[in-house]
Amino acid sequence: MSHAVSTDIHAPSSGTNYLNNGYGLRSWLLTRDHKRIAILYLISVSVFFFIGGIMAMLIRLELLTPEGDLLQADTYNRVFSMHGISMVFFFLIPAIPAVLGNFLVPLMIGAKDLAFPRINLLSWYLYITGGAFTLWAMIHGGVDTGWTFYTPLSTQYAQGQVMMAALGVFIAGFSSILTGLNFVVTIHRMRAPGMTWFRMPLFIWSHYATSLIMLLGTPVIAVTILMVAAERALHLGLFDPRLGGDPVLFQHLFWFYSHPAVYIMVLPAMGVVSELIAAFSRKPVFGYKIVAVASIAIAVLGFLVWGHHMFVSGQSIYASTVFSLLSMLVAIPSAVKVFNWTATLYEGSVSWDTPMLYALGFIGLFTIGGLTGVMIATLGIDVHLHDTYFIVAHFHYVMVGGTIMAYLGGLHYWWPKITGRKYKPFWAKVSAMLVFVGFNLTFFPQFLLGYMGMPRRYWSYAPEFQVLNVLSTAGASILALGYLLPAIYLTWSMRYGEKAEDNPWGAVGLEWQTSSPPPTFNFHETPIVTHDAYDYQHQRPTIAAKGEASLG
Amino acid sequence: MRSELQLFPDAASSLAGQVDGLYLVWAAVSVFFSLLIAVLLVFFFVKYKRRNEDDIGQEEREAPLLEIAWSVIPLLICLVMFVWGTRVFFDIYRPPGNAQEYFAVGKQWMWKFQHPEGVREINDLHVPVGQAIKVTMTSEDVIHSLYVPAFRTKQDAVPGRYTTLWFKATKAGTYHLFCAEYCGTEHSRMIGHLIAMEPRDYEQWLSGSPAGKTPVASGAQLFETFACNTCHRDAKDPRPARAPQLAGLYGRDVTFADGGSAKADDTYLRESILNPGAKLVAGWQPIMPTFQGQISEEQLAALLAYIKSLEGTPQQASADGNGAAADRGTL
Amino acid sequence: MVNPAPGQASAGVAGHDAHPALQHHFDTLEQQKESSSLGMWMFLVTEVLFFGGLFVTYVLYRLRFPGVFAEASHHLNVPMGALNTAVLICSSLTMALAIYAAQVNKKKAIVPWLIATILLGATFLVIKAFEYKEKFAHHLVPGPNFDLSLFTPDHARPAEMFFSLYFVMTGVHALHMIIGIGLLSWLVVQSRKGRFDSTYYNPLEMTGLYWHFVDIVWIFLFPLLYLLGYHAR
Repeated sequence: MSHAVSTDIHAPSSGTNYLNNGYGLRSWLLTRDHKRIAILYLISVSVFFFIGGIMAMLIRLELLTPEGDLLQADTYNRVFSMHGISMVFFFLIPAIPAVLGNFLVPLMIGAKDLAFPRINLLSWYLYITGGAFTLWAMIHGGVDTGWTFYTPLSTQYAQGQVMMAALGVFIAGFSSILTGLNFVVTIHRMRAPGMTWFRMPLFIWSHYATSLIMLLGTPVIAVTILMVAAERALHLGLFDPRLGGDPVLFQHLFWFYSHPAVYIMVLPAMGVVSELIAAFSRKPVFGYKIVAVASIAIAVLGFLVWGHHMFVSGQSIYASTVFSLLSMLVAIPSAVKVFNWTATLYEGSVSWDTPMLYALGFIGLFTIGGLTGVMIATLGIDVHLHDTYFIVAHFHYVMVGGTIMAYLGGLHYWWPKITGRKYKPFWAKVSAMLVFVGFNLTFFPQFLLGYMGMPRRYWSYAPEFQVLNVLSTAGASILALGYLLPAIYLTWSMRYGEKAEDNPWGAVGLEWQTSSPPPTFNFHETPIVTHDAYDYQHQRPTIAAKGEASLG
Repeated sequence: MRSELQLFPDAASSLAGQVDGLYLVWAAVSVFFSLLIAVLLVFFFVKYKRRNEDDIGQEEREAPLLEIAWSVIPLLICLVMFVWGTRVFFDIYRPPGNAQEYFAVGKQWMWKFQHPEGVREINDLHVPVGQAIKVTMTSEDVIHSLYVPAFRTKQDAVPGRYTTLWFKATKAGTYHLFCAEYCGTEHSRMIGHLIAMEPRDYEQWLSGSPAGKTPVASGAQLFETFACNTCHRDAKDPRPARAPQLAGLYGRDVTFADGGSAKADDTYLRESILNPGAKLVAGWQPIMPTFQGQISEEQLAALLAYIKSLEGTPQQASADGNGAAADRGTL
Repeated sequence: MVNPAPGQASAGVAGHDAHPALQHHFDTLEQQKESSSLGMWMFLVTEVLFFGGLFVTYVLYRLRFPGVFAEASHHLNVPMGALNTAVLICSSLTMALAIYAAQVNKKKAIVPWLIATILLGATFLVIKAFEYKEKFAHHLVPGPNFDLSLFTPDHARPAEMFFSLYFVMTGVHALHMIIGIGLLSWLVVQSRKGRFDSTYYNPLEMTGLYWHFVDIVWIFLFPLLYLLGYHAR
């Protein structure tokens, strides 16, 4: 099948684009093009995903048997700590905003670039520097504090390279702040003519909400980590009970960021899913305005619920009551979103392409993650479930079942735009199924384990927990295969894949109106927006020739 | 004792049933909504499958009632569950007045327990069935968390302060006792058993164990060893007092020199021994030396037990069992 | 300032007679200016939260140990702190004058005012260094060498905490000063090249915002650390 000639009227799809505009290493490492920076992020977050993934496999293998036999206790602790640190700070937080967001925010609002291209490149260098510190810490013995760095364990008792890892997280935090800053300013000031706030795609709305959290939350964890590092290195005693300090204050400061950080991870995922659902139902997202405002509501409420991580920490029971109520409230906008996505499919023209499979997987898994989240926000249950595998299962449903599903869905949706190539739909669908099945088999048993009372971060466990743990490990190997496949066929497609049309899915949205891959300055001429987002009724997309569009 | 595969934990405390009820209702709600969403998604996915490459979806319909319904119904469910869950929570953390006071110290990587009768145990804790038991705990190093899954309760043990947990075992048996808060290398080995025994068996076990002094008795001895009694004199002592009398102090409100006031609970007494000048009682000179670093957690607990045991003014009666729960922490 | 990569498509470059400072991805200088000023304000918001974490910690511990913190603050050198406050306020004035010089197109005056600002900033740091040295000499630095005997016995450990906070808060502030001086030095170089005039002085204004912010942080630090409880001395 020869590739179809694009029907895009703006410009020929041949000629220069951001990818063939310079080939040398310098042209990549000193680029200020948001699309190239997105590619740099894509490569680097993938590296951390695979590092974190290997750690995850080691964890699951160790837990195959009740006795600690594969790893030493100390090694196991370092492995799960590094799994958490690489996955949370170096994969989940940057994945969607820094890869897809970086690539798409200017494209979707019709801008030539982000507002501060050099700061954007600086963000990536900060990320890499932070990552290098963390990798150094990993190689030189690792960290055994868990990704949460709780005091006084992290400040006085832990053995590993806490300083270096903390420094890595601190530096990477600034990368996140600057990315958020760039997005906010870009969305405020760089929208194309006609792109009013309520015409913006929901992807942009969710990135705006995410950026607000990055701006308001990240500095607090940065300074908290700084205090931990100062306490550890210089023997200052800010959280040391012997000086009258309060170790629980650390938890307040830590979760003041790290709870909103959950929304840094999941809000962009919701944005991706909104795009996927609209594009593959060829219909506007049901209740567009409500979904848009719900993103902001989640961001705001997300700052008021941190205390739900501390129901058994000795926090006042009245404070816990308030935090519990607020945590329930934050679930409402999320629930509304789930219902709206489901309703969008109604009377749509639903395609069965790969990205849609991921989107449906996201909705299902996120629903379970969200519902179990409200369960553990219920005080009476959380006392029993706190720090058990139930919590582990819950946040993996949100972060892996939610964020990674959406990330993969988004990657498969925009891949032709990003690379100008198509992947093999067969393998893509196989891997989507593997991920869904493997994921549920890995993490559903952990809900049961949690209610049985298996505490998290246990290297060895009581024999009655074994059967469920074996199931979980079996699921993890399927999941690993499901993650390896895209790495192979997507990489393969970059060289051997069929050339992609400008708009292979027949979607509306400014990013599909430019060529694939887009030119360096995104549009041959600044687009003028005359329609609402996803307005398929009045804005017929340039659908590729019949038979060519079924990409995946 | 246990099969290889178990899908629901033992329930052996007076509160376990309440927690299980809450959990099962929530689980049913979750299953209902997950299935609802899943069925709708699959149904729409199949029914509205794109037939023609150029097809587009139908025009969006406004459905304000639907929007309101699916905002309000989840909200109502959440509010009901919130109220129910909070009631259970208050039951979990408010010990009844007649609870027996046990003491626990967590350290890397063991649990040290002391019975009111003075018996000490490590990692294992024997308790009588049918008796409310309140465990006051702290940690010598990092944060630990005392967790008994069969009782559906847990509480962090935080260095530098006291926290409490209570339970009433309803079924004799041996249950897991875990440290739930990650505390370093041997975290997963900081485990033991909670052995609930019929009261008669418990008495027998108690009499067969090497009984140490009761906390009150060893506290009384420490009170002399540390020469506390030279200043905190007995009311009958004819000499002029140099420090506040401690009899009847526990549970009373005290006023400080700087105008503040606090209730004399465990945390306050602890701080007053370790850092006497930080909250100086109004009308007294700051002459008391600090005991920070000179007294172990166990000794401190014994001193507190002794101070609490001192009979005093009738105000002491106001020190009901709820005090400790209401004052869990300041931050 | 734009340095197009080789082979960059010409399509995106803004009008040919655009202001030399206009970056390629903005349509007008106005848009560029609004963007950078919004960006700077956002950044300052993150800075507020960064220092906010420290201030919250300080306030909570101060409420827990009011007497101890008052006693510990007596070991700080109030005249030096006051002098530093004056120095910083003056530096904010010179910074504002540098921007004003650009606004009224007195290009020659920009560099001297910037240098004056740098010198005042450096003076602040030197005075701060003397204060730190004094703390080292008096064993007031937290850690094994902290002299507990300087305080009422049972105040000593929380007093150590006070000094931990003192060093972290003033240290982070001083780090911001150093970064500010770095930015000002870069501005001096740029001004010498004649980059700024009344049509374009955005970097001056942005750095000015940052400098005033750092100044304001000190305005909060000084009373919190040095003056609260001064009357009881």
